[in-house]
Amino acid sequence: MSSEQPKGGADKSTPIPDNAAVRAADALDSRLGIYGAAKKNLRKVFPDHWSFMLGEVALYSFIVLLLTGVFLTLFFKPSMQEVVYDGSYVPLQGIHMSQAYASTLDISFDIRGGLAMRQIHHWAALIFVSSLFVHMFRIFFTGAFRKPREINWLFGFLLLVLAMVNGFTGYSLPDDLLSGTGLRIAEGVVLAIPLVGTYVQFFLFGGEFPGEDIVPRLFTIHVLLIPAIMVGLVTVHLILVFYQKHTQFPGPGKTEKNVVGLPLLPVYAAKAGGFFFIVFGITAALGGLVQINPIWSYGPYNPGQITAGSQPDWYIGFLEGSLRLMPNWEWNIWGHTFSFNVLIPSLILPGVLFTFMAMYPWIEGWITGDKREHHLLDRPRNMPVRTGLGVAWITCYGVLWVCGGNDIIATHFHMSINAITWIGRVAFFVAPVLAYLATVRICKGLQRRDRDKVLHGRETGVIKKLPHGEFIEIHEPLEPGMRHTLTAHEQPKPYELDAAEDENGVARKVKRSDKLRSRMSHWYFAEPIEKPTAEEYKELTSGHGHH
Amino acid sequence: MSSQDKSEVPEEHLPEVPASAHVPAESDPFADPGLPAHEPRRTDIDEKAANRAERQVAFLFVISMLATIGFIWSYVGIDKDRIIDIFFFGKIGAQNAALGGTLGIALFCIGAGAIHWARTLMTDEEIVQERHEFTSDPETREYAIREFTQGASDSVIGRRPLIRRTMIGAMALVPLSGVVLLRDLGPMPGTKLRHTEWKPGKELINEATGLPIKPDDIVKGSLTMALPEGLVEKYGPAGQKEELSHGWLEKAGMSAILLVRLEPKDVKSKKELAWGHEGIVAYSKICTHVGCPIGLYEQQTHHLLCPCHQSTFDLADDGKVVFGPAARSLPQLKIHVNEAGNLAASQDFAEPVGASFWERG
Ligand code: FES
Repeated sequence: MSSEQPKGGADKSTPIPDNAAVRAADALDSRLGIYGAAKKNLRKVFPDHWSFMLGEVALYSFIVLLLTGVFLTLFFKPSMQEVVYDGSYVPLQGIHMSQAYASTLDISFDIRGGLAMRQIHHWAALIFVSSLFVHMFRIFFTGAFRKPREINWLFGFLLLVLAMVNGFTGYSLPDDLLSGTGLRIAEGVVLAIPLVGTYVQFFLFGGEFPGEDIVPRLFTIHVLLIPAIMVGLVTVHLILVFYQKHTQFPGPGKTEKNVVGLPLLPVYAAKAGGFFFIVFGITAALGGLVQINPIWSYGPYNPGQITAGSQPDWYIGFLEGSLRLMPNWEWNIWGHTFSFNVLIPSLILPGVLFTFMAMYPWIEGWITGDKREHHLLDRPRNMPVRTGLGVAWITCYGVLWVCGGNDIIATHFHMSINAITWIGRVAFFVAPVLAYLATVRICKGLQRRDRDKVLHGRETGVIKKLPHGEFIEIHEPLEPGMRHTLTAHEQPKPYELDAAEDENGVARKVKRSDKLRSRMSHWYFAEPIEKPTAEEYKELTSGHGHH
Repeated sequence: MSSQDKSEVPEEHLPEVPASAHVPAESDPFADPGLPAHEPRRTDIDEKAANRAERQVAFLFVISMLATIGFIWSYVGIDKDRIIDIFFFGKIGAQNAALGGTLGIALFCIGAGAIHWARTLMTDEEIVQERHEFTSDPETREYAIREFTQGASDSVIGRRPLIRRTMIGAMALVPLSGVVLLRDLGPMPGTKLRHTEWKPGKELINEATGLPIKPDDIVKGSLTMALPEGLVEKYGPAGQKEELSHGWLEKAGMSAILLVRLEPKDVKSKKELAWGHEGIVAYSKICTHVGCPIGLYEQQTHHLLCPCHQSTFDLADDGKVVFGPAARSLPQLKIHVNEAGNLAASQDFAEPVGASFWERG
């Protein structure tokens, strides 16, 4: 490894080889001008941090989904036509069922590797949605969504929503008892929509539930419509990451104006490419070895039957929970039914939760009034309010998610469903507030610790006895890079309104929105843990020397 | 900060962008000391270590090749119906386990090899590249806006309001065709959600046996599922299975009922008793919340629980909701015993069954 490699560009003395590959590249270049793009991008720098891999997991599991999905479409028959099963799964032989269910059984039992593919597909879907969530949290807590990346946050958000919708359409396709139950609930939710619900339901299902149209329609949506949109969004998302360059954590040598890391060719390409194979490999092993969604044990769908303890895939669980927690409010006004018991938990509440998530970059931007570009990430502790809001959001989602399994909790812990539901109702409102307060406290505590570390150095664990008998622990001063990292963050002042009167005592008009912004800004930035100043530091370190 | 920043917020409250210059440490103890010097790895200085790393990478790639061969062998060589019991994973199909396992290893080892290669043998010296602000410089901005303005004025769209307005009108209307085309996705709801298959005199057929139900079949404490005739698979006179008519699933989804026998003295409602037969009462099986079939019956309390969101209905009290998100009582089906001694419906449900809908009232 040559250590005198110049930064960014290759050594001028690197010879230009003359071989078939170069000649092919020349040919391409004379038609497409590829060298220009290569010059810009081949050695593009990508910063490294473990948390930057979360988005990669999402991308790679998406690719796994596309690959295994294509395989499955070759064998799956999205038809509700009734057939009598005669495949090799003995318990269901001779049973009437839809083609969709029968062909899913065929994939599982009569096509070699079919079950593995189905299970890889399902596992990849779970990993995909999970990694999207965690990736999004990473972006949120580090402030990576700030200008200039707000649009990419929105694209990522859309991908998350589409992923959840496509997960739902996907597990509705096999037409087994569990998937049918999910669809039935969806039908009830659609029916609850004011004014148009009944019509939407009849058009969606092609008549009364379940009808013969829903599976083929969902199939087209699942394999064509949504994936096409997602592929487009993923492409734009990645182009933007590439074009805007990746963010980086503060540290020695890292500024708002540079990007520090390893070059795309070869290091990042090898690491990222390798990581793709690792994600794929793990998913493949999971798909082969760990059973998921054993549709054969549920049986074909029949609207009059249900299995106890049926659960949707994890990311839909929060909707199940909100439906369970909701009190049974239903109004009848002028001959029309307002089913708040369905509308609020399944449409309004998720709408509010997710709209807040989507709009957050603009909400925060408005409050802080910050219009600058940001490429250095925040450490979550340095933005206590934002971090607290994020944790509150997760808590809210988490309470709903847990309540989606309240029957399981009830049987496991021998509690009454009634009590759990009430605990859930209270927790839905109280837990996010507590989580917020606790997070803000923890963040401030961590900031204080950083401050102490900078001023007094790190604890060494070595105890020394002073001449007069006192015991002290020896502190070792931080190295300059660490000192810089711990103090590199900004501490904006809250936005102050202009005085209510100008110098001449004339009352100024203060806009309502300005007042609100000022109040919010105070909430965001008030009472910070002040960063140590240079004076404080010098006073402490110069005087009697550090112990 | 960009020069075109038209923020209304006074910017004093925003701190300066931290100085990136290498301020001498004496004046600022928190100044950026710059990128730390590169520290060589073992493999950078020790040729033996580098060679070892090379062999490790190659080893991983070889394992991958072997796993792919194993995959192919599993595909042709393992009987697809063989079940094996693997510790921790339980009973699973041998072929699927082998296919998934070998594919997993083949892929994983490529990945592990590539990453090990990158970490040990590729450079790990960090490179610094400049960022550039995205906001265009004023000249570019002016040029672009001027070009656009010129283009817009060349189109005369500003001076020809008739064209502008009719174009907007045409563009606004044309998507309507797409919406109209969706009309034939399904039939109009009409009153379909208000009726089920139950008609006066229709016999109740036991879902499990396919036979009509006699009052004595309903024993206390048990839950009997029933459907109207024609919606249950049953055996014809020659023992062959009778085909269900087209669309039976939709009808069953509306008409499924359950029967219980209650102690008449426990029943709180006179009407409920009158609509039943000697304590046998029939209720819709479709939850009034969002339509799951209800399945759990508690004999002591006469409570019926929906497994989806735990709405609980009191069968001894007109099917009233005692707990959960459902807002309405379960509809009761009026039944009687016909001349053949079988239970039969006296009429359709008096109200729509299942989930609420806008027009329900
Ligand atoms: S469908 Fe029965 S409680 Fe929700």
